[in-house]
Amino acid sequence: MLEVTNLHASVAGRGILRGIDLSVKAGEVHAIMGPNGSGKSTLAAVLAGREEYEVTAGSVTYDGRDLLEMEPEERAREGVFLAFQYPVEIPGVNNAYLLKAALNEVRKHRGEPELDAMDFMALVKERMQVLHIDQDLLKRPVNEGFSGGEKKRNEIFQMAVLEPQLAIMDETDSGLDIDALRTVSAGVNAMRSPERATLVVTHYQRLLNYIVPDVVHVLSNGRIVKSGGKDLALELEEKGYGWIEGVAEQVGA
Amino acid sequence: MTTLAPADACADAFEAVRRTAPAPDSVVDLRRRAFERFTALGVPTTRLEAWRFTNVAPIASTAFTLAAPAEREAAKADTAPHALPGVGAGLTFVNGRYVAPASDVSALPAGVEVLSLADVLAADANDTRTAVESHLASGAGIENEAFTALNTALLHDGAVVRVPANTVVEEPIQLLFITSPPPGGEPVMTHPRVLLVIGENAQVRVVESYGGGDSPYLTNTVTEVIAGPSAVVDHYKLVRESLSAYHIGAMHVRLSRAANFSSHAVTLGGAIVRNDALALLDGEGVECTLNGLYLANGRRLVDNHTTIHHAQPHCSSHELYKGVLDGEARAVFNGKIIVAIDAQKTDAKQTNKALLLSEDAQINTKPELEIFADDVKCTHGATVGQLDEDALFYLRARGLGLEQARSVLIHAFAGDLLNHIAIEPIRDQLDELLLAQLPGSGGGSFHVEG
Repeated sequence: MLEVTNLHASVAGRGILRGIDLSVKAGEVHAIMGPNGSGKSTLAAVLAGREEYEVTAGSVTYDGRDLLEMEPEERAREGVFLAFQYPVEIPGVNNAYLLKAALNEVRKHRGEPELDAMDFMALVKERMQVLHIDQDLLKRPVNEGFSGGEKKRNEIFQMAVLEPQLAIMDETDSGLDIDALRTVSAGVNAMRSPERATLVVTHYQRLLNYIVPDVVHVLSNGRIVKSGGKDLALELEEKGYGWIEGVAEQVGA
Repeated sequence: MTTLAPADACADAFEAVRRTAPAPDSVVDLRRRAFERFTALGVPTTRLEAWRFTNVAPIASTAFTLAAPAEREAAKADTAPHALPGVGAGLTFVNGRYVAPASDVSALPAGVEVLSLADVLAADANDTRTAVESHLASGAGIENEAFTALNTALLHDGAVVRVPANTVVEEPIQLLFITSPPPGGEPVMTHPRVLLVIGENAQVRVVESYGGGDSPYLTNTVTEVIAGPSAVVDHYKLVRESLSAYHIGAMHVRLSRAANFSSHAVTLGGAIVRNDALALLDGEGVECTLNGLYLANGRRLVDNHTTIHHAQPHCSSHELYKGVLDGEARAVFNGKIIVAIDAQKTDAKQTNKALLLSEDAQINTKPELEIFADDVKCTHGATVGQLDEDALFYLRARGLGLEQARSVLIHAFAGDLLNHIAIEPIRDQLDELLLAQLPGSGGGSFHVEG
C-alpha cells in the first residue's frame, strides 16, 4: 500500500530525513520509534503533505500512485489520515461542521452520495459511543479549549468517521492518561482490517502494549536503523535509545 | 444636462430642496445654517486628523446632483436584492424619497410611529412634528462635520421612528434606502435622515439597509438616536452599496440612565465607505455596545470611526470590530473613548481585529483614549493577521480543498460577530452574502443540528 524509497526531506534547508525505506502492506500495523529529533514527526508530516518540508530525494507511492505529487486534501480524500501530534484549535468552526464537510469530501471523491444532516448524525453518534466521546464535543469549536486527552480522542474520533485506508498516528499517546490511552487504542484496533494499514509514530513503547504492531522500525538521525517484530519495541524500552545510536553508527560506517 | 462644478451642484441641490420640500420655519432655518457651515467647512481633506487615511477626493471632485424619482421598474430591480424577507414592518426609500406602496407599517403596536420625515415636515403643526423639530440636529451637530452639515442642509426625507414609553416592538423595523441611478449613469446623491426617539422603558430593533444600482452615486446619511431611561435599542446598519458607490454615514446616539443600546454595522459594499458612530452615555448605568464587521476587496476603502463618550458614572461600553481585507483594499478603524472626570467606575472595552488576505491589503487602526476620571477600567486591543497556516493545513489534511479551507477560516473569523446578530433572517442573509463574497467559497451552512 505504501512504498517509501530513499526518502530525503529537509526543512528550512536542514536535512531531516536522510534516506527512508519503508514498505507497508494492507492489513499491517507498523510502529515507527525513535528518540526526539530522529525525524519521526517529519516523516508523518511529509506523508500528509505538509508544505514546509521539502522532499529533496526519493519517492513515495501510495496504492501505486505518486503520493508526493498529491495535494494534502487529495491525499486525505484518497484515504490517508494523519492524527496530529498537536491538533490545531480552530475557533469559530464547530467540530460537527468540519467532520461533515470532511466526510462528504471523501464520499464525493469515492463517488458516493453526500450524507445529509440526519444520516450524518446517526453515523457520528454510533462512533461516539464506541469512543466514549461526549456529544457535547460535536458542538464545540474544533479543539478549542479541549484538554490534551480530548484533542487526541477527537483525532481518533475523526479517523473512525472518515475510515481511512492508511492511518498515520503521530505521537497519539503523548499526554494521555491510561484510560484515554485505552480508549484511543481501542479506537485504533477497531479500525484494523485486511484492507487498512496503520503507521504508529511513537517515542514510547507503552502505546504498543495496546496497539500491537506487526513491524517495528527504529528511526535515528533521519534513517531507519533497525526493523523487527513487536519484541524490538520491548528491547528498546529496556536498553534505551542510546543502544540504537550505537547501532546507527555501525549502519552509517 | 449641463456640467456642474461640485460646489455648484450642492448649491443647486440646496436651492431645489428649499423650493420643493416644505418644512416648518425652524427646519428651514436649520437647513440654511447647515448650508453655510458646509460651505465654510468644505469636503474634508486628508489634512484633517479624522480623515487622515480616508481620501474623499473622488467624492469632492464629482458633481453629484440630487437623485430624481426613479423609473418604477428600475427601482424595483434595484430594491429587490435588499429586501429582507421575514423582517417585519418597514419603510422603503428610493432615491431618497419615501415610497408608500413599497412600505408597510400596519402591524405595529398602538402609539408606535414609523413615518416618512417628508410627510411629518409637510404636515400642519402637531405633536409628532414638534417632537421632530426639537430633536433634529440635537445630537448630530452641524458645526464641525461637513457631511453632516450637508445632509442637514439638504434635509427633506428619511424616517422618523417614535416608540412611546413602556412599549415593546417585537418585530424589527426595517428602513430600506435604495439608490436607483439614472440610465445614463450620471452621478446622483441622496441625503437620508433617520430619527429614532425611543421612550422610557421601551424596546425596539431597527435595521437600516443601504444599497443601489451599479453606477456611481453618493449616499450621505445621518441617523440620530435618542433613547430614554431604561430603553433597549438594537440598531443594525447594513451597507451593501454597489461597488462603484460612496457611502458616508454618521450615527449620533444619546443614551439616558440605564438605557441599553447596541449597534451592529456591517459593511459589505461600496467603493469608499465611512461609518461614524458616536454615542453619548448621558446617564448612570448605561450599557452601550458598538460592533462592526467589514469586508473589502479590490481597491475599496472602509473607514469606521467610533466615539464613545462616558459622561456619567457606572456605565459600560463594549466595542468589537472585525475586518476581512483582500486585494488592495484598505480599512481604517479609529476608536475614541472619552471618560469624563465624573464618569467613575466606567468599564470600557474596545477590540479591533483585522484579517489580511493579501500582501497589498492594508489597515490603519488606532485607539484614542481620553480618560479624565481615575477609577475606571478601559482596555483596548488590536490584532492584524493572516490566516493561520496550521489551521489551513489541518483542514486540508481532513480533505477540504484549499479554497474551502480558506473560506471556512474566514467565515469563522467573522462568525462571532454574526452570532451577535439577534435577528435571524438578517443573520442568515449575511451568512449567505459572506459566503458568496469569500474567495472561492464552497457555500453551505456552518451549523449542524444535533
